[in-house]
Amino acid sequence: MIASSKRSPLTYLVHATVLFLVVIWTIPTAGLFVSSIRDKDQLSVSGWWTALSTSEQRIVDRANGPKTQTQEGDQFVIRGNLLTNSSAVITQFGFSSLDPEAFAAGTLAEMRNGQTLQVMANGDYALASPAQWKGSRGQRIFYTAEVPPRFTLDNYREVLSAEGLGQSFLNSLTVTIPATIIPILVAAFAAYALAWMRFPGRALLVAAVVGLLVVPLQMSLIPLLKSYNLIGEFFGVGSKTYVGIWLAHTGFGLPLAIYLLRNYIAGLPSEIIESARVDGASDFDIFRKIILPLSFPALASFAIFQFLWVWNDLLIAMVFLGNNEEHLVLTGQLRELLGSRGGNWEILTASAFITIIVPLCVFFSLQRYLVRGLLAGSVK
Amino acid sequence: MAQLASALVTMLLGVLGCAVYFYGSNILLDKVFPTKSGPAQKVARNLRISNTIRPWLFLGPAVLLLTFYLFYPVIDSIRLSFFDRSGDEFVGISNYVWLFGSDEFFESFRNNMLWLIVVPTAATFFGLVIATMTDRIWWGNIAKSLIFMPMAISFIGASVIWKFIYDFRSGGDAQIGLLNAVVVFFGGEPQNWITIPFWNNFFLMIILIWIQTGFAMVILSAALRGIPDETIEAAVLDGANGVQIFFKIMVPQIWGTIAVVWTTITILVLKVFDIVLAMTNGQWDTQVLANQMFDWMFRGGGDFGRGAVVAIVIMVLVIPIMIWNIKRANAEMEGR
Repeated sequence: MIASSKRSPLTYLVHATVLFLVVIWTIPTAGLFVSSIRDKDQLSVSGWWTALSTSEQRIVDRANGPKTQTQEGDQFVIRGNLLTNSSAVITQFGFSSLDPEAFAAGTLAEMRNGQTLQVMANGDYALASPAQWKGSRGQRIFYTAEVPPRFTLDNYREVLSAEGLGQSFLNSLTVTIPATIIPILVAAFAAYALAWMRFPGRALLVAAVVGLLVVPLQMSLIPLLKSYNLIGEFFGVGSKTYVGIWLAHTGFGLPLAIYLLRNYIAGLPSEIIESARVDGASDFDIFRKIILPLSFPALASFAIFQFLWVWNDLLIAMVFLGNNEEHLVLTGQLRELLGSRGGNWEILTASAFITIIVPLCVFFSLQRYLVRGLLAGSVK
Repeated sequence: MAQLASALVTMLLGVLGCAVYFYGSNILLDKVFPTKSGPAQKVARNLRISNTIRPWLFLGPAVLLLTFYLFYPVIDSIRLSFFDRSGDEFVGISNYVWLFGSDEFFESFRNNMLWLIVVPTAATFFGLVIATMTDRIWWGNIAKSLIFMPMAISFIGASVIWKFIYDFRSGGDAQIGLLNAVVVFFGGEPQNWITIPFWNNFFLMIILIWIQTGFAMVILSAALRGIPDETIEAAVLDGANGVQIFFKIMVPQIWGTIAVVWTTITILVLKVFDIVLAMTNGQWDTQVLANQMFDWMFRGGGDFGRGAVVAIVIMVLVIPIMIWNIKRANAEMEGR
């Protein structure tokens, strides 16, 4: 190419620019992942980029109530520990919201009427008073704690069980696998017929497939919803079934499948097919024994496309599978959580990561086929 | 576990059903009209008959599915657009009258136009720039792979990722959203980005650009590699600099590919739905046609007439691209 062999300033600029763009493009996903394994208390008070540094938390807590007081000499004392997280360290404390960081940990703070408060770095506190403590509520204590970074899989544990993501994961698999395989089978046969068999109306069918390639899904939704309701009623089953969504994904994926596979199969050398015909092989034999093995790369490309598309789809799942718990796929579940747990980032980030992990694995392991499919589908 | 087992069984049944159809129908055809043996005349006749029938055995399921899932619904949507909310009573053009009189429609239409202008342009531009640059450096493939990665992420997943970036904490609390943290770092005032009318559209568009740039990059990168070296060498000999070579030699040669990338993203943009649904659900002036259509499909038990009208607007916008595609495909077929 035009890159010169000598290192010019321009080359460094290119390196720097690409690095910058790569960082911009990966940081959002990286942030999601880092957040999903952080402790949820830390996640909600500090940015994920501070995950490795000790975070400072300002917390208000109440001491134990006067009921727990004991008499020690002439003093009435209430003791306890403020910290639930044992590795945190208290640096400052106070007893008034006006000055929550008035005293360093370990010092003795004078309050009203000779009462004193002492908070140690490890969270132990002692409230002492010459007179008996009254009332039912404990004294408010303000403190600043330094919490070391903490990483945990708790968020994942929680979303997989309590938030129903485990179930959704299975549902997604149940939807995706047949919805990937069925269109391949159907499209491969059709593609072969359109590429190598002679019959009236072939050119028209090819044009129709190309035309249907861009028909917006939205056009189909309402009539199909009506049809599904009718069919469901007729057979006495619900209108939201796995079979229904498999067929829907098959129907919507077919134009691209036929188009991709037809282009590929039509490009196979005609000598092979002709000589097989001369040898008396029927089209079915040719398809099964010659075309299918030869078109493996194209089949793989489409399979990846369709897999990613079905796994990531939300619209079709919402319309044809509905919103009830037992049928919710991952994307649908994530959308529900976005509505109900909008501020709980520990739930959202972990759930989002679970929904994208499978496509990411497929993507990185089979990228070659995906690229090939993209090129076959659009570059001419 | 029970779920997994029943899922596996249904999966197997579905896939087996397909295989059984193709094998069964073809074997049946060979049984009814045997072509391997028998009197020559009969074989010739059977061969003719089975050659007429077999394409339709191959095509049958595909044609049926395409008709039921795409062709018939398009026709039925057009019909429904003239009917009332339940689809039973003919109401003439009143759905269209409603559509062109509603502010919500003009808001969605305006936003869709914004999306149509910004997203394909930005994605194609970034794709082209990144494709050009990554071809020149040794770690280009890794860079490409990482920029291509968002392609595998669902729109809804991407929405969560970006909603986290746009997250806003009011008061003096520490910002945990990256964008606001950066703004605060440079001394700015944190904002609740996705609720600022008009500009919030662009914050949603960034998500789709982030996803689609990789697609543009992969295709354009292949096209750039297809450019004959001689044309570039000739330009270098003539003393052209890098920028001139890029705009005057390389870009004109891949113009066709750029158009393909552009139209592909355009079609995707017209159907954009998940991102708006997840980020704002059309609030704060971010409504788009596809989300409006979905909304009407279910709002208050669903208004099929109005939903269908919105769908038809999307369809009309796609038709020019459809015609262009068909013409291109036909030209290719003739060239073969």
